[in-house]
Amino acid sequence: MTAVDDRPTTSPEIGSARRRKEDQRLITGRTKWTDNIQLPGMLHLAMVRSPFAHAKIASIDTAEASAAPNVVRVFTGHDIADIQGVNITAWPISPDQKTPDHLPVPLERVSHTGEIVAVVVARSAAAARDAAELVDVDYEELPAILDLKEAANDAVLAHPDLGTNKSAFWQLDSAAQGSGGDVGEAIEKARQDGIVIEREYRQQRLIPAFMEPRSTVVDPTGEQVVMYSATQVPHILRFCIAATTGLPESKIRVIAPDVGGGFGGKLQSTPEEFATLAVARKLGKPCKYTETRSESMISAHHGRDQWQKLTLTAEKDGTVTGLKVDLMADLGAYAAIVGGGVPVLGAWMFNAIYKFPAYQFNCTTYYTNKTWVDAYRGAGRPEATFAIERLMDELAAEVGVDPLEIREKNWIKHDEFPFTSVAGMTYDSGNYEAATARAKELFGYDELRAEQKQRRESGDPVQLGIGVSTFTEMCGLAPSRVLGSLDYGAGGWESASIRMLATGTVEVITGASAHGQGHETAWSQIVADRLGVPFENVEVLHGDTQIAPKGMDTYGSRSLVVGGEALVRAADKVIEKAKKFAAHSLEASVDDIEFSAGQFTVRGTDKGVGISDLALAAFAAHDYPEDVEPSLDADATFDPVNFSFPHGTHLCAMEVDTETGATKMRKYVCVDDIGNIINPLIVEGQVHGGLVQGIAQALWEGAEYDEQGTLVSGSFVDYTLPTAADTISFVTDHTTSPATSNSLGTKGVGEAGTIASTPAVVNAIVDAVRDRGIDDIEMPCTPERVWKAIQSAGGRQGAGVTPTQQPHFDEGTPNQDPSAGTTDGAVQ
Amino acid sequence: MTRITVTVDGASYTDEVEPRMLLVHYLREVLGKVGTVVGCDTSNCGACTVHLDGRSVKSCNMLAVQADGHEVTTIEGLSTNGELHPMQTAFHENHALQCGYCTPGMIMQAVDLLKENPNPSEEEIRVGLEGNLCRCTGYHNIVKAVAAAAGSSQRSDA
Repeated sequence: MTAVDDRPTTSPEIGSARRRKEDQRLITGRTKWTDNIQLPGMLHLAMVRSPFAHAKIASIDTAEASAAPNVVRVFTGHDIADIQGVNITAWPISPDQKTPDHLPVPLERVSHTGEIVAVVVARSAAAARDAAELVDVDYEELPAILDLKEAANDAVLAHPDLGTNKSAFWQLDSAAQGSGGDVGEAIEKARQDGIVIEREYRQQRLIPAFMEPRSTVVDPTGEQVVMYSATQVPHILRFCIAATTGLPESKIRVIAPDVGGGFGGKLQSTPEEFATLAVARKLGKPCKYTETRSESMISAHHGRDQWQKLTLTAEKDGTVTGLKVDLMADLGAYAAIVGGGVPVLGAWMFNAIYKFPAYQFNCTTYYTNKTWVDAYRGAGRPEATFAIERLMDELAAEVGVDPLEIREKNWIKHDEFPFTSVAGMTYDSGNYEAATARAKELFGYDELRAEQKQRRESGDPVQLGIGVSTFTEMCGLAPSRVLGSLDYGAGGWESASIRMLATGTVEVITGASAHGQGHETAWSQIVADRLGVPFENVEVLHGDTQIAPKGMDTYGSRSLVVGGEALVRAADKVIEKAKKFAAHSLEASVDDIEFSAGQFTVRGTDKGVGISDLALAAFAAHDYPEDVEPSLDADATFDPVNFSFPHGTHLCAMEVDTETGATKMRKYVCVDDIGNIINPLIVEGQVHGGLVQGIAQALWEGAEYDEQGTLVSGSFVDYTLPTAADTISFVTDHTTSPATSNSLGTKGVGEAGTIASTPAVVNAIVDAVRDRGIDDIEMPCTPERVWKAIQSAGGRQGAGVTPTQQPHFDEGTPNQDPSAGTTDGAVQ
Repeated sequence: MTRITVTVDGASYTDEVEPRMLLVHYLREVLGKVGTVVGCDTSNCGACTVHLDGRSVKSCNMLAVQADGHEVTTIEGLSTNGELHPMQTAFHENHALQCGYCTPGMIMQAVDLLKENPNPSEEEIRVGLEGNLCRCTGYHNIVKAVAAAAGSSQRSDA
């Protein structure tokens, strides 16, 4: 134990709603996005992309494009084949996983629309774009497999040479691994004398749609090749480049400058990055490639895309007895960096906060001729949470009790922690009762239920539904040994360094790579408290493999939980080192030195010295202890032993217009337990943004392909991101049960809102119309889908409607379709 | 090439530009005003919003030549004499930005919104920002910031 444990428990910085350090630059336009970078002699790239979902590249004629004004050269895959490398997957989920080679610029065959077939290099981006139109590619179209369920039949193959569309199968069985009973027995028993809920849910394909389009600048003119890229993962990217292109790792420097959002969408090693690198190396000139939004939509990886077959069993009183999950997951055309691991991450989360005695998770991954699929905010856990929270509502309806009552009956009680789940995860802390009680209070749960009843009884055309989601997630990716046991290709540790500068400021180097999260502010708060230095004197450096040589980057709500703990350990090492300097300076024994709020003192005296003075003394090195190096700087690498398990209760009220299918969010309350909070302002922002992404999956977003394999939702016109006018203000609060897996007691918050909100919204919509016999509406729950569900359920359109409620169909009004108001012929 | 003279953030510039060059590309590539950014290619996202003669425009949605003889203000020219514009301060104080990519456009649009309607309701703020997309904040704190800048007390959550 170190002396810091003796410090007062109340800290001035941790827990304070510090305004962000990052903001000053961002609100004044003093930014360093990758696309802002200009280098002497820099050339610009434009990609020639396949318009076909699946085709053989018969020939490419680059002559006309090469001769176009200001064009330097046109490259095909063959021209860079020796150095272009390959886009690898880090997580083969089974030893026999089938994984097609993913060349950045394919040589023979394109496997999805938008795949790069040639790269045009010109003196300006506009010239490159113009010339890209002149590249003449002769394609021989091949049959494309676009539907996930059809892919399972292998009638048409995404990659003919693999012989099948199936990539891999992965199973978790509680009986086999000894963490629970046999799910088959549970189902058999429930079929005889219990409840069996069987459902199939669709997780539609989503597009991360970070606001900054991806951009890469490669400067090959120095001894090291420097790549600037709009990436979440500069360290992982450097590893991927070194592993596949022949460039030694020590010759590559990757810099993630200001990065405009990621949400998992920039957790990748991309064909665009690799193609830009290869071209820059071939030409020996700095090269830049910035994608258009339309290119981003079709070539940056997508998220979700699953079919979920679910069987939940329970006693007649609603006590759950088993859960069986059969997933089909669409990988798109290639196994991306996390790839099949994304749906597998859900394996430990379908059972959620409930005490299932038996559980089985089966996941089969398939290839299709569509854009590749990988991590998107939550990655596997939103899919799992959606399924279980929808099912718990179905169970409540079956038993005939309130959805919160069925959850309370089955969840882990607060005095049962730590609790090892049926999936084998040990949840260290949590209090579902407390979060739920607080959420109900803020929501006005009973009042809204009363209003719902009243509207139902009066036959109001606008019905009210209340949706519940009592979610948990696993965050803090990840214990390296666990990753190793799952054959993931890397560890999950994080690194931090602290440099005590001579003039009193402190440099903090973190291996996490922020892209909007506010690490510079939160990290400063942690270090300021720990070392007793002013918040303003802490400078946080990140996102550059030369400055932060070690790191595992930012995703999976890991930065604070893993990287924050590394920071604490580095700070404690600084303090331990400084103690020897303090003892020397104060002419005392090290054992008598105490440290508090930046001051080292000799126990029982008023003698003391500040940590900044010691930093100067170590720098000057004129007079320091014999047995130490003249430095207070320290490094730490933290490898967690467990995940963290944030949870929360989200309550959503939706109004559903039963005449039009239109839905309107009335109120949204969430109470999240994310452990101790470093900065409540940043936390609140993370929750808000997460909520809207999850709500958007429920209501608006979906990547849609036509039968040719063209992404029809390929721009912001068609892929309907929510606007300010579509959304509401939220009510957020927190309960706290600190995590035990790190000394700060933090659990992670980056994905909570997204994971929890989707089922809360859909549960609310279904709840509004459940009395009409509706128990599911596929996402996104557009007005059309809601309306069709109401119609096909033989709903009671018009029942109880009075003229004042529906003036727009007044009889005798001119220019009205005489059949208006009836549904004949309109029902599909 | 066409000769244009444009005042940008208080300074006058004369340049020869391609007639097809968008105003946003002129700002970024010719003048180095990279505080204004491009987020889409369909004029949906509003990240490139600037003021033309005091009114907000999406600078991807007009040509540089159309700005000839006009006055453009970008996010880089919004503060005066080193003092942040009240909207910039409000965004900072209310944590209305995360990655910050939409922020320049969002702030420029919000300034124009208040110019048109100095005391908007939450609904009016939301509708007024409909042409600007943000993927990080869920808009909650952006709306709060604009209301704060307006001195508005109209907030839906306590």
